[in-house]
Amino acid sequence: MQLIINGLVIGSIIAITAIGLSMIYKTLNFVNFAHGDFVAFAAYIAFFANKELGVHLAVAFLIAILATMLLGVSMEKVVWRPMRRKKASRTALIIISIGFALVLRNTLLFIWGGSTRCYDIPVRRGFDFFGATITHNQVLVIIVAFILMFLLHYLLSRTMIGKAMRALSDNIDLARISGINVDQVILWTWVIGLGLAASGGVLYGLVTAIRPSMGWYLLLPMFAAIILGGIGNPYGTIAGGMVIGLSQELSTAVLPTEYKFAVSFVVMAVMLLIKPEGLFGGAK
Amino acid sequence: MYIWGVRDDEWGDGLMENDDTMILEVDNIVSGYTDLDILHGISIGIESGEIVSIIGPNGSGKSTLMKTIFGLLRIRDGRIVFKGEDITGIMPERIVRKGMGYVPQEKEFFSSLTVLENLEMGAFISDCDISESLERVYRIFPVLAEKGRIRAGALSGGEQRMVGFGRALMLSPDLLLLDEPSAGLAPKMRDMVFGKIIEINRSGTSILIVEQNAKRSLAISDRGYVLEMGRNRFEGAGCELLENEDVLRLYLGG
Ligand SMILES: Nc1ncnc2c1ncn2[C@@H]1O[C@H](COP(=O)(O)OP(=O)(O)OP(=O)(O)O)[C@@H](O)[C@H]1O
Ligand SMILES: [Mg+2]
Repeated sequence: MQLIINGLVIGSIIAITAIGLSMIYKTLNFVNFAHGDFVAFAAYIAFFANKELGVHLAVAFLIAILATMLLGVSMEKVVWRPMRRKKASRTALIIISIGFALVLRNTLLFIWGGSTRCYDIPVRRGFDFFGATITHNQVLVIIVAFILMFLLHYLLSRTMIGKAMRALSDNIDLARISGINVDQVILWTWVIGLGLAASGGVLYGLVTAIRPSMGWYLLLPMFAAIILGGIGNPYGTIAGGMVIGLSQELSTAVLPTEYKFAVSFVVMAVMLLIKPEGLFGGAK
Repeated sequence: MYIWGVRDDEWGDGLMENDDTMILEVDNIVSGYTDLDILHGISIGIESGEIVSIIGPNGSGKSTLMKTIFGLLRIRDGRIVFKGEDITGIMPERIVRKGMGYVPQEKEFFSSLTVLENLEMGAFISDCDISESLERVYRIFPVLAEKGRIRAGALSGGEQRMVGFGRALMLSPDLLLLDEPSAGLAPKMRDMVFGKIIEINRSGTSILIVEQNAKRSLAISDRGYVLEMGRNRFEGAGCELLENEDVLRLYLGG
């Protein structure tokens, strides 16, 4: 039971961080390797605002999201959009994103050092839940993650901008032909995708130690979740994230904890071999 | 009528060099892909209310011409005039606003969006209420009203084509570009498509159509152009081309 709870908590974090990665991948056709480091960046900004500036964690959460969105929007305007204009190859984009990942991670390391950090919040006893303990923080993570998933669902299915974001990730040429201002919708995709990644990062900081590499190590489970759920399918990604989170935690019952991350890798490899379109089909 | 305080006949001054019954004029266009010219000086014209066909062998640049007209490719030379305004090199978004619609050859619908969402995307740039546009599209394709909530990817080929048409018709374009509208459809659905093209044209939309099924499309066209290797080869009235021996032999399979 304890493992299931832990799995759901980490699964919801993987799910909401992976959605942005998947949307960007499907829309711009490249893997943003810096995605995980945006997650860590958000956790550090929240830590900074909460611990060093002394604001409430809820406010720090919003500050972190805004800061991450801002960074993402500047990246889009300064790097990605000009690169698209130049028709840069996919390889070039991936290499830039890896470079940016390194810069971001080392900046965090440089400013805050390599030691682990945590928010300034009281440690409280957890609740008993069918013989397992569930902490306040875990409850918070699950609640906030589900609220965000619901908001995302509303955005994607009920609002014009959300529908246009789906249209772009489905068929960007047709979106352009329909007269949609593609650059503007891409900007929104970054804002929403990184907003979710940032929320995931702040939440992750509630249940794990904040380290510069925390996001980078989350990248593999994110990929696994995306592949499991079908690339570009946000609902599949959510389900995939849950499955990966659960299987990672449950594996610790039989395997040493160090192998936890290998589970994502195995799940991903098996999926690619037997059903590359994902359990729930891609957006195609 | 006055627009921004300028009489609109003055507004068009200087741009209207040609006969104002022309809705589209493509003048000696050179364009293509990144470092490869495909069109080497193509000229075509469409008069208001006409159906015009473009035919030619595979790879002759028919689709490239449509993409060029719609602002999707860089134009290296020549000029495109739409409704008296020079639209050479402007973005698709502005071309859509000026009243042109385009149903591309492939992937002409958003497969993961519902039918209704596909139509909404066709009117994305409109600030007005789209219910009237929806009504109008549903009158032409009643099936789309029934299947509004179904994912376009799950529809039959014929229905998917209707979604593509419907999306392009949402803003009531004055000119509609159709790239191989009957390709890959069962004979019955082809009849439906050609019927709808005539219906759309009768309601006042000029149409530029590229077709493999050249005989069929020339038969409903006022005029036609034959392209070869990115150049104009023949042009004439639809029925004239259908009777031209060279055209028959070369492109219509005898
Ligand atoms: N995206 C592209 N990049 C580079 N070259 C292209 C691209 N699309 C088409 N071409 C080339 O442009 C030429 C003309 O292609 P186009 O699609 O315009 O022909 P078409 O007349 O529409 O043929 P079809 O009847 O097969 O549709 C071909 O030689 C093709 O290989
Ligand atoms: Mg073609």
